[in-house]
Amino acid sequence: MEQPIRVLVAKPGLDGHDRGAKVVAAALRDAGMEVIYGGLHQTPEAIVQMAVQEDVDAVGLSILSGAHMTLFPKVKEHLNRAGAESILLTGGGIISAGDMDKLEKLGVGQLFGPGSRLADLVDYIEKEVARRRTATRSA
Amino acid sequence: MTELASLDEQELVVRLRRGDQRACARLMTWAERNDPRFAVQHRAFCDELGVAQRIGITGPPGAGKSTLVEGLASHWRESDDRKIGVVAVDPTSPFTGGALLGDRVRMSRLVLDPGVFIRSMATRGVFGGLARATDDLADVLDLFGCHSIMVETVGVGQSEVDIARSCDLTLVVLHPGGGDTIQAMKAGLMEVADIYVVNKADMPGVDRLVQELFDVLELREIPEDQQPPILTAVASTGQGVPELAEAIDGMVRDRRDSGRQAERRQDNLERRIRRLVDGRLRHEVWQARGLSDLLHQRLAEGGKLSAYELADEVLDQYQQAAGHPANLLGNISQTDPEDSP
Amino acid sequence: MKTVDTASGDKTQSRPAKFVTWQEAFGAVPQRNAPFETVSCEPVPPLVTEHDVAGLDADTDIGLPGQFPFTRGPYASMYRTRLWTMRQFAGFGSASDTNARFKYLLERGQDGLSVAFDLPTLMGYDADHEHSVGEVGRCGVAVSSLADMETLFDGVPMAEVTTSMTINSPAAIVWAMYLVTAQKQGCKLEQLGGTTQNDILKEYIAQKEYIFPPAPSMRLVVDTMDFAAKHVPRWHPVSISGYHIREAGSTAVQELAFTLADGFAYVEACMERGMDVDSFAPRLSHFFNSHVDFFEEIAKFRAARRIYARRMRDKYGAKSQRSQTLRFHTQTAGCSLTAQQPYNNIVRTTWEALAGVLGGTQSLHTNSMDETFALPTEKAVKIALRTQQLIAYESGVANTIDPLAGSWFVEDLTNRMEQAAEEIFEQIDEMGGVIAAIEKGWFQREIARSAYQYQREVEAGHQVIIGVNHHKEDEQEEEKIDLLEISLDSEREQVARLHKVKSTRSAAKVEESLARIRTDANGSVNLMPAFMQAAEAYVTLGEMTDVLREEFGTYRETPTF
Repeated sequence: MEQPIRVLVAKPGLDGHDRGAKVVAAALRDAGMEVIYGGLHQTPEAIVQMAVQEDVDAVGLSILSGAHMTLFPKVKEHLNRAGAESILLTGGGIISAGDMDKLEKLGVGQLFGPGSRLADLVDYIEKEVARRRTATRSA
Repeated sequence: MTELASLDEQELVVRLRRGDQRACARLMTWAERNDPRFAVQHRAFCDELGVAQRIGITGPPGAGKSTLVEGLASHWRESDDRKIGVVAVDPTSPFTGGALLGDRVRMSRLVLDPGVFIRSMATRGVFGGLARATDDLADVLDLFGCHSIMVETVGVGQSEVDIARSCDLTLVVLHPGGGDTIQAMKAGLMEVADIYVVNKADMPGVDRLVQELFDVLELREIPEDQQPPILTAVASTGQGVPELAEAIDGMVRDRRDSGRQAERRQDNLERRIRRLVDGRLRHEVWQARGLSDLLHQRLAEGGKLSAYELADEVLDQYQQAAGHPANLLGNISQTDPEDSP
Repeated sequence: MKTVDTASGDKTQSRPAKFVTWQEAFGAVPQRNAPFETVSCEPVPPLVTEHDVAGLDADTDIGLPGQFPFTRGPYASMYRTRLWTMRQFAGFGSASDTNARFKYLLERGQDGLSVAFDLPTLMGYDADHEHSVGEVGRCGVAVSSLADMETLFDGVPMAEVTTSMTINSPAAIVWAMYLVTAQKQGCKLEQLGGTTQNDILKEYIAQKEYIFPPAPSMRLVVDTMDFAAKHVPRWHPVSISGYHIREAGSTAVQELAFTLADGFAYVEACMERGMDVDSFAPRLSHFFNSHVDFFEEIAKFRAARRIYARRMRDKYGAKSQRSQTLRFHTQTAGCSLTAQQPYNNIVRTTWEALAGVLGGTQSLHTNSMDETFALPTEKAVKIALRTQQLIAYESGVANTIDPLAGSWFVEDLTNRMEQAAEEIFEQIDEMGGVIAAIEKGWFQREIARSAYQYQREVEAGHQVIIGVNHHKEDEQEEEKIDLLEISLDSEREQVARLHKVKSTRSAAKVEESLARIRTDANGSVNLMPAFMQAAEAYVTLGEMTDVLREEFGTYRETPTF
């Protein structure tokens, strides 16, 4: 039997608009995942600490403040430093396609902009986590 | 730092002993999933366990348990730099199988403290029973060097109450207002308490709740010197937390000195072993021997059936099939025995 | 909200034969495959007739403009005397960048200014705080001290232009900086007009940009209301906001009821401090969202005025007409805009703005088409402003007052909105009031559920969004638009400016004013004079807020889903 996917959903930075984070958390729960809700106003360090202790498969960040080019790289950097580069870093918010490309080059996963479908996000996490779990097992 | 994937299980434990949180977290994942590698490791390190004091914290939803855990942890971190472990259990949605675990948010002040390890657990994500998993997770935290381990559950059902009971000490947290207290009593919470905490004591109705608790204790006719103390606190401001921490430490000391802790641990150990055996047996009967299929088949045939008749049939089949009883305990299940039909 | 039973069996017995005939004819033809519901997921009847509004009293329920219960508008002549204020929200980068945008807008016919602050400012942090990294000047302008405020309004005649400031938790401090800046320009406090949003309750409920716990936060709000009533009489110290509640995913009814409930909580807090209701209520203002469902929004605005008038008069004993009238600002729904096919956003915004005007708004912000990507470019803002001007001068809707009054559909919807809101007020009362309900996470849970339900309906295709789940286009097909880029240099420059301010001010004065804030925070005097004194000494926003954090504590919410 496949083990449930564990995902940390959090909002880094100062922005408090949590509609997206909450809708996504509920959707992932309804897709059968275990969602650890990290809450608002978290620093990148705190997010990575939570991800490590919870041994999650994925971290989903919601950023609407325009600070994504600072926050995603920081979280990624801390994940790598903690020996947790295999954790999928994904998320969404008000992020332009150009910025998404730049972040992908830094090892951030697919990001979901306004108008994205929850089903696509669920699907992406399921597939990507399955891929990473298989890669881990065969390593 | 190397990725965990490339490590075998011994290396994982070595890294855990060195204080590597990621290794500790991964061992917990194995425990949670009832991964056979955990059982193997457990045999190797079980000599080292039993150092930490384990505190079960339970109570109705909204009692402020997480905030109280945060308060106690902060207090102990400051007072004697004690290393703290927390296991926060939240229910899984019965409809979707998923879970939303939000307790961490109420412990956010502890996040960046390297001396605190917090782990959230969903009731259904657990394979082999809830109490089995929380015992195992607490063992990992014990091995990790935590001095105090708090296991927090919502006191709504029997399995949650069991978890609280399988610790060295059980706190039942209540708060004034609403009919929660009565509900808590129904769930059997009142019998497991070693200490009662009336939290949110700045809200109206505290005195009445404390009085109600005294009345309940009176009814149970417990000798006065053995009655669980009732403490009040306001976890959100920290009021009453040092006193509670002191009461917990004092009770742990007394019990250790008087031998009561050893007795309780012996009882808990027995229950834990029985749970493991029950779980394996159930797995053996229903899955390993394929008797679930038999049952479904018989039910599908329809007609009026006596439940007793069918149960006998299943057990007969089992006895015939189980030519090798020695296999029973050697088989470590990968699926959830308690979820079997 | 109660489902409607028009065209269903219940009432038909008393219906005239013609209606029965219609009903049969209606039932005989197939309907489009559509859910026929509002964007709030409320069912909409196919037809409303006189019969459905039989209980409505044209005199006491609708009345006339400028007369109780003000359903038709707060003023007797409405847009025949003065059009709504066209007020575009703006702010980004440094104070001088925003100052330039203000001048651009004023030159193109905008009437009032509206300042958007960046997140560090909204959360009471200076630009050089560790939490501010990456956020300075992103979502608005950074104001760390009086020096920034002076730059922001350089060359803007503060006594003539009204200014709206979207700031909440640290509103009292930022307002103090504004007042001191105006005084230094030579203005008198009684000349100053404008609004501070200063609505902390909706922060706990929806926007989550809170700092302190509810009790001291409410005290700060009441301090500003008290100070405004005594010294800045033209100011609106609180703008009771439903906008963010709606953006967080509430329904129209929830927006209406939660917002009004917040407003009544402020009224009660002021009355508890001993203020006479007619001394502060005339300066209360509201701020609503205008979403895509045209009639639902118009009914919401009309119901808001009626509920407010009745409560203010009957429950709080307000005597002056101005205390009983609800006046409001409207912003079109940011959450209705799509990243896909962005030019469509101009059209959406147009009818959302039209709903605000037909609902009788006092001022209006129209969103720019590019706001799902970034802060708007000058070109996009200009189109948004022109949209309002087109409605005002070409559409003809501003020629007559409340043209939809008497529409059976609109009146029935208005009634049902009012009823549903009253039911929510009862629930809130049962929980022990707004703050108790916030602490229980009730509002947050209700909104999260509505948001999730809506999203699922969108994904199921029940709620149609052109470009998102209907009439989609490939990425290549989609037209690209230019976006505003804010350089990261802006953050470095802001930090440098802040350090310069800190190194040139009097340390003794800083100490003295911070000590006074601490003392006053612990006492019960109005904190505004202490904030103004500190602002004048160039004490920073972060320094003042830190003292309050120490004295008041900070708030953390229990998440609900």
